[in-house]
Amino acid sequence: MDAELVLDGNALAGVFGELFQHELTIARGTCRACGLTGPLAQARVYGQAPGAVVRCPGCGEVLFTIVKEDGRYWLGFDRLRCLEIRGDAR
Amino acid sequence: MARAALRGRLTWQLADVVESIEETPRVRSLVLRAPEWAGHRAGQHVDVRLTAEDGYQAQRSYSIASAPEDESLVLTVERLDDGEVSPYLVDELRPGDQLELRGPIGGYFAWDASVGGPLLLVGGGSGIVPLMAILRHRAASGSEAEMRLLASWRTAEDVIYSAELERLGGLDGVEIVHTLTRASPESWKGRTGRIDQAMLAEVGWKPETGALSFVCGPTGLVEAVASGLVALGHGPERIRTERFGPTGG
Repeated sequence: MDAELVLDGNALAGVFGELFQHELTIARGTCRACGLTGPLAQARVYGQAPGAVVRCPGCGEVLFTIVKEDGRYWLGFDRLRCLEIRGDAR
Repeated sequence: MARAALRGRLTWQLADVVESIEETPRVRSLVLRAPEWAGHRAGQHVDVRLTAEDGYQAQRSYSIASAPEDESLVLTVERLDDGEVSPYLVDELRPGDQLELRGPIGGYFAWDASVGGPLLLVGGGSGIVPLMAILRHRAASGSEAEMRLLASWRTAEDVIYSAELERLGGLDGVEIVHTLTRASPESWKGRTGRIDQAMLAEVGWKPETGALSFVCGPTGLVEAVASGLVALGHGPERIRTERFGPTGG
């Protein structure tokens, strides 16, 4: 895929904001495949509408997918083992 | 405290266009009055939504250029010729028009004066916009955090905020460096060439300073800068990146 088409988890802040009260782009995810832990903002994001594939920046495995259509959301979890969400973050 | 940390739902609101300032032939700053705006942090962005007469909607993200302290909300938008949204924002939108937006969005690529410095800001093209918000926030808040901005442009004609950056560069603790990647006029006093590890070593901070880096631009630039900084010994946790691509249109 063209490298210029890769975005990052910052681009998910809007759709996260539609669904969650806490700021999820700063939540730290752990990849089940390679063990890397880091903020979702730094994950690789391929594609936006109608869906995005979110990959681990370390090993490239799919962490999760997010699809929005007709007011419904599908979150598909793949290699995202754990998500640490700070309750005090804006 | 915990309650205050919870945000309201992200909802669409209408803003009035007060002014549209030409930065370059391809780039305009939109000065907005947004009555329902609840404030933002430097580095955050908004989503803008356009609705056609037949109901078709297109939505894009744009970085906020203004400081949290500023009276108006300002977005700086670059026209992408095959984009769905930016040609309208740059070429068609007039003072008095309304714009549908929501935000502020994003909590990762954001800096508060209370965090302090030193900071390395690296921007490619319109990737400078959220970094401008950070520099403006520094000035407006009276922060003395040391900041170095390294901005990469194709040509001298592409430089945005040129006069203001020159002014900011005259402040104590602020250093502004431009580099041109394509043509440079003979009178050019800045740097030339793409940002690489050697340029980062010369312009940036030593890793021992614990400097925080903010890098925004196209994926190629972001990856070259991030890997260059890591190779120089900066901790990956101290490097915050935001990529934009053609889908930003």
